[in-house]
This record gives sequence, structure tokens and C-alpha cells, in this order.
Amino acid sequence: MVGIVSYGTYIPRYRIKAEEIARIWGENAEAIKNGLGVYEKSVPDIDEDTATISVMCAREAVKRAGIPRNSIGAVFVGSESHPYAVKPTATIVGEALGIDRFFHSADLEFACKAGTAGIQNCMAMVESGMIRYGLAIGADTSQGAPGDPLEYSASAGGAAFIIGDDGTIAEIRDTLSFTTDTPDFWRREGQPYPSHGGRFTGEPAYFRHVSTAAGEIMKRNNLSPEDFSYAVFHMPNGKFPVRVARMLGFTGKQIEQGLVVRYIGNTYSGSSLLGFCAVLDIARPEERILLTSFGSGAGSDAFIIEVTENIESIERNPGVWEKIRNGVYIDYGFYAKLRRKIRMG
Amino acid sequence: MRRVAVIGVGMSKFGELWNMSFRDIVISAGTEAIEDANLEGREIEAMYIGNMSGGRFISQEHISALIADYSGLASINVPSIRVEAGDASGGVALKEAYISVASGIHDIVIAAGAEKVTDVGFAGEIMDSTIDQEWEAFPGATLAGLYAMMARLHMHRHGSTEEDLAMISVKNHRNAVNNPKAQFRREIRVQDVLSSPYTAEPLKMLDAAPISDGASVLILASEDVARKYTDTPVFIDSIIQSSDFIALQSREDILEMRAVKTAVRKALRMAKCDIGDVGVFEFHDSFTIAEMLLYENVGLCSSGEGHLLVREGEVEIGGRYPVNPSGGLKACGHAVGATGIRQAGEIVLQLRGDAGKRQVDAERGMAVNIGGTGATAVVSVFRR
Amino acid sequence: MLPRFWRKIRYRYNLIGTECTNCGKKFYPPRNLCPECRRKSRISEVELGEEGTVISYTVIHDASEPYKLQKPYVVGLVKLNSGPTVTSQIVCDPESVEIGMRVRAVFRKYGEDGEDGIIYYGTKFEPLNAGEME
Repeated sequence: MVGIVSYGTYIPRYRIKAEEIARIWGENAEAIKNGLGVYEKSVPDIDEDTATISVMCAREAVKRAGIPRNSIGAVFVGSESHPYAVKPTATIVGEALGIDRFFHSADLEFACKAGTAGIQNCMAMVESGMIRYGLAIGADTSQGAPGDPLEYSASAGGAAFIIGDDGTIAEIRDTLSFTTDTPDFWRREGQPYPSHGGRFTGEPAYFRHVSTAAGEIMKRNNLSPEDFSYAVFHMPNGKFPVRVARMLGFTGKQIEQGLVVRYIGNTYSGSSLLGFCAVLDIARPEERILLTSFGSGAGSDAFIIEVTENIESIERNPGVWEKIRNGVYIDYGFYAKLRRKIRMG
Repeated sequence: MRRVAVIGVGMSKFGELWNMSFRDIVISAGTEAIEDANLEGREIEAMYIGNMSGGRFISQEHISALIADYSGLASINVPSIRVEAGDASGGVALKEAYISVASGIHDIVIAAGAEKVTDVGFAGEIMDSTIDQEWEAFPGATLAGLYAMMARLHMHRHGSTEEDLAMISVKNHRNAVNNPKAQFRREIRVQDVLSSPYTAEPLKMLDAAPISDGASVLILASEDVARKYTDTPVFIDSIIQSSDFIALQSREDILEMRAVKTAVRKALRMAKCDIGDVGVFEFHDSFTIAEMLLYENVGLCSSGEGHLLVREGEVEIGGRYPVNPSGGLKACGHAVGATGIRQAGEIVLQLRGDAGKRQVDAERGMAVNIGGTGATAVVSVFRR
Repeated sequence: MLPRFWRKIRYRYNLIGTECTNCGKKFYPPRNLCPECRRKSRISEVELGEEGTVISYTVIHDASEPYKLQKPYVVGLVKLNSGPTVTSQIVCDPESVEIGMRVRAVFRKYGEDGEDGIIYYGTKFEPLNAGEME
């Protein structure tokens, strides 16, 4: 059965604390931390972008998989911060992985769920026999406008998955997508920062899509929350995933391991995937995981995943939480330089 | 092969020559050399000009024709050849001029070097084009950065210090006080060097030579012809050019300047003398570390002991091996393509006894001109 | 600059060099001719691995225009375990770099041709123990 052969992650090493951002804009850090559930976030270095993050996590995935590079037949990079508006990131990744040039590739964009969309594309191509292995990446270096609440959460990171049907460490038993036209968050062509509908991003957008996709996939598989060892939901902040988990009937214990948002922020296309990888880091054979992404605009991809015994034999270190803890704090001035928020003469 | 002598020396002022164009600078040095050699001008049979980057500094290629024209030599159709080898362009031009006379093809030729750098604001980046652009500069290294890595390794391996390097700048500034053509005729203190900002650690701004406007001209003649014009010919006993890998990363040991070592060995053999017979030196101190590594690679001391020579004052005027009585590139100025000629000119003045208050008593002198981090080396030995 | 960069992407993104199978010497950057064997050269491509040791380094403060935003940055000569030496940026705190430090290759941006030009990527290095810092 099609599933995950290997995975890799990357989180830039810089961190900025909510207190530091709040200090600049004269806001109450404690109130923001309580309201948003994000204490600090990752910040890419001056020479990092979605392409470099994609390459770094993909290389880790390929190395852990131990498969011949040339057996990868497709590369999908999902992101809302591709370095080029026109010119694919996936070709950079393919070249940097040194895979055979006869491979299918495309960049995907669906706000925060482009990474899971890539996984679904790979699944379909593997199941149809078009390719042996596919590489799906979700990575972002997302930006929030200075002073916007998004600035406390929009961060950088990525995860890569090799999808195939032999030697899988986890099988994807089912996947389902729920999609509507709901403009809760967007960025118009040529605009540097995204705009959003404020509280409109909650009920009609995040909660409706995530709960529908997750609820529906469990229903059609005759499963309920207690059948899962872990659940991971997209993490635009620290509050939404906790609330949607409760709405669906999951316990805090089931979501805790994947709740990485408090310490690295919302890595957008990498968000639910990094949480999912944190779960894979400790998962044991036969455990069942529910993964549900969310992309504004809007849609959710839900997956039911069952861990196989192969997970015991794959390298899983350094794990996501180890990478999260390996941070270096920076101040807002340096952050503003790194994120090119300073107008140069 | 015929013996070749220098019969005329000329040099423009080195520095920021705001009022002088490229041609003005060249002509000022050329006129002085012609007068020094007691020539009318039409005796010149060919000219060789070291120029590193007319194309990037003043957007002028075909420098050779321009100079022949403004020197009044185009009207008599004298051939003019521009030579480029980074900041060893002058040294290589001198070697080519030497060969043309030694071989018997010409009797009297000009060996010149000239650079006009202050018409653009990014001269430092042009100097970086002497290193491997694709595999050194593109990944982020600079010329200063590469020399800095040599300095760092020397300090690590041999215990030299930033003070040792600073003392080389201090010495060269002290010498330049007595050189009327020098760019910086003022003394500096070790503390001044140490407190100047880092450009590439451990090198600081005052470890680096300036990039200067300037031209320098020598007139070479065969021995028999030379005797007709002067009673004090200075002979070029040998001049050898040698190459090394352009990128530092390709060299077995980055503290070993193999082009220099080879050229020195051959030059001494051709001049039939030992290094101990040489009494005055002009070394290419584009950075202080370059001068220190030259002490070792030329053979003034063993490898790893360059800093001891500085500490013991052996390289001062009055020491065992006086290096850079002119002030060197650091204080006399580094007019890039002119430097190799300027160094040779200083040695000639020293051997003729025309060096004024910076005079060293010597029978033989040596000039060492290098390009980039040492991928080109030109070593010449002169005798009065 | 665009074609010049594109031509060597393969060797910049990954540490791929060449090897002279006549004498066994490996080269980075790739050479088309072995400087030892010359006419007897037999050149083929070789992967040079991703780990090495810093043999010297500097911290660049006076950077050329495309690198100004990155300064101060560390440049080192990294001797790869496979033999050749590479000139590269080392991504680390300038205070922490030292001769003998073990490093591994990472994929980073080198720079870009202004705001509307192409982006240059390539290999840099980071301390081998970067994952265990702090």
C-alpha cells in the first residue's frame, strides 16, 4: 500500500520571541501569547528561502530513505513563498538532490496546505504506476506585515516526504479533501504581505474545513478519535488546533506531540507536516495517526496513517523537537534586516 | 643573449591624482624617464606597458595605442604592447621588454606600467578580479579575505601576531617619509594599525596597500648602447616570471608561494649569486602578510620565521635585509599595473646612489612583484 | 552572469568535482585536465562527499556589493574528507569558527541579481555539531 517511505525536516536556527515583537509595537506580550498561543517563532537566515529549506529537508529525507536518487520520479514543492513568482522551486530542488533529470515536477500553491496537496499528487502517481517514488515538500518563509498580528506567528520551516509503495514506514490508509471558495486570507499579485479577514479566518474558514475533512474521513472509515494514537491539525496559531481537536473529540494527549507551533510559529505549508514529523519521530508500529491540513482560500486535506514496523529501522534523529530546541534568539532589528523589512537606500 | 641595462627611470606621483587623467599620468612618468636617460625620444624602438584593468577602471581598452599616441611615438610608428597579469602586470611588462633587448631584436625600449583607479568608486572590487572569480569570489571571498586566511594560518601554525604584521606597515610608512613620490609620507604607529577596522580578520585597513593612481617608466638598452648614454647603467642580471594555481584552494600549502620560490631560485642562478649577496629588496606588500610571506618564500629566513625577522628589525633600512626602502606598496602606493615597474625603478635608484635620504648601500638589489595571491610572480635581480 | 552561473549549477549545488583516474587525484572545482598528468589525464566526475575540516578562515567585514547584507560573514578553506579543498562561506557565529573545526555542506543562497534578477544558490558549510549547539 502507498505510504511514507521516509521524511526529513528543516527549521532555520534563528528565533524571535513574542516579547521582542510586542516591545517594538507597544503591545502586551502576555496577552498576545495567551491569545495566540505562540511564544516564539523561527526566522530564516539572510541566505535562506523556500528553495534552500526545501533542499535541506529533502536531502534529509533522501538520505534516511537510502533509495537510489534516480528512482524519484516526481518532485512537488508546496509553498506560498516560492522565491520566484514565475520559475519553479522544484527544479532547484531536483538539481540540488542530483536526481535523474527525467522527473516530473511542479510547484504547488494552496496557502498552508500545498505540502499535503503534493503528498496526494505523489500518492496518485505511485498508485497509478507512473512513478516509483515521489517527493512531496511543504516549505515556507512566510511573512506578516510589520505590526500585523500575523507577525507573531508567520515563520519558516519545511518538511519533505518520500512517497512510495514499498518499504513504507507508514501507510496512508485514506485521504480526503474538502474544498470551498472561502477568501479568509490572501495575497494579491505583487503585494509583499498577505491580507486576512481577521476573525473570519476562524469559524467559516479553519474550523469548518478542518472539522469537516477530519470528521468525514473518520466517518467513512468507521473510526473515532479513540482509534488514533495521535492527531495533527494545521497550526496557524496555538489555539485553533487545540480547539478543533476538542470539537472533534480528541484529547490534549493525542495532539501534544505534534503541537510545534508554540515554539516555531506557523510555518505555513510546513506547519501540519512538521507536527506530523514530530509524531513520526516517536511513533511505534501499528499506531494510527490523523493528519489534517488547512489552506486558506480554502480547503483541508485529511489523512489516516498507520505506522509500520519499518519505522524502527529508519534514522529519525535529529528529531523535530531537537531541532526546535536548537534555536538562537535575535532581536527585532536583526529580524527586520533578515526579513528585508528595512528599506535600503 | 645580450646584457641589458636600465638607463632611465621615471615615475609620476602615486596617490589620488584627481587632476590627472590616465594619459597625463603616463606622460609625466615617461617624460621624466626620457630626460633621465638623456634621450630625445625617437630612439625608442618599442614600448611594453603593464596595465591591469584599463577596461574596468576607465573603460578604455587598446591602452597600448593610446599611450604610444600620447607619448609621441605613434607618429614614428613605434610598436606598443599592453601586458596584463593582475597586479604583476608591471613586472611582466619589464620581463617582456627585457627579452626584446636581450634577444637582440631591439636596442632601446620602454618598460612602463600605469593605472588610473580613482575615476571609479569600486576599485577594491576590481582588485578582487585578480582572484578566481567563479570559485573564490563568487562564494564570497575577497582578495583581502584570501590573504587573511594565509595570515590566520601563519598565526596558528607559527605564532605570529597582528602586531608583527602591523610593524611591517609601520616600517613601510617610516621609509616613505623620505620618498618624495610616495603617497603616504607620514609615520604611523603600531597602535594605529591595530585600531583600524578589520577588512577581513585578522587583516585590518592599515594592513592593506591603497589602490592608487600612478605610472612608472624604465628605459632599457643593450649594454653597448647603454654605455653611450650613461656612466651609471644598472644591469638586469636576471628577471624570471613564474606561475602557480590561481586559486588558493588548489595549492598544497597556502603559506608556500611556489611561483615565488621557483622564480627566486632561477633568478639567483641566472644572476650567479646567493640571496646573501643581495643588499636591497622591493617586495610586493599589497597586504602586510604578503610581505611577511615573501621574507620566507624568497629565502631571507626559514619558513615560519618571517615574523621574527620583523621583530629583530632585520628588514629595516640598516638591517641585514632592507625591504621596501621606497615605502612599498603600503606607503609609496599601489598603482596596480605600475607597481612592478615602480619597484624596479626604486632598486635602480638605490644601486645608482640616487635614493636620497632613504639610500641603502648595496651592490645588488631584488624586486619581487606578484599578482593576486601569488599566481604570478616576477623576480628580478639588478646590479650596478 | 546568468549563463556563467547556470553552466556550473551542477557543481555548485553539490560537491561534485572531477578525478584523474590516471593518478587518482581529485579536484574541486572540476578540472578538465589533470595538472600532474596533463596529456595522460583521464578525467571523470566524482562526488566529493559533504564533510570536511576548516584549514583556515577569515571573517569578511569589507564585502563586495552582492554580499553586503551578509557581513560580517565567515569564509573558510574547507579540506574535504575526500581530498580537495573548497573556498566557501561557513554559516556560523564568527566567534565560534576555528582552524580544525569539522563542517558539513549545506544548501544556501549566495546572492541575487538585484530585486528582479535571478537568485544564485550553492554550497556553504556549517559546523558539524550545529545540531548540538546551545
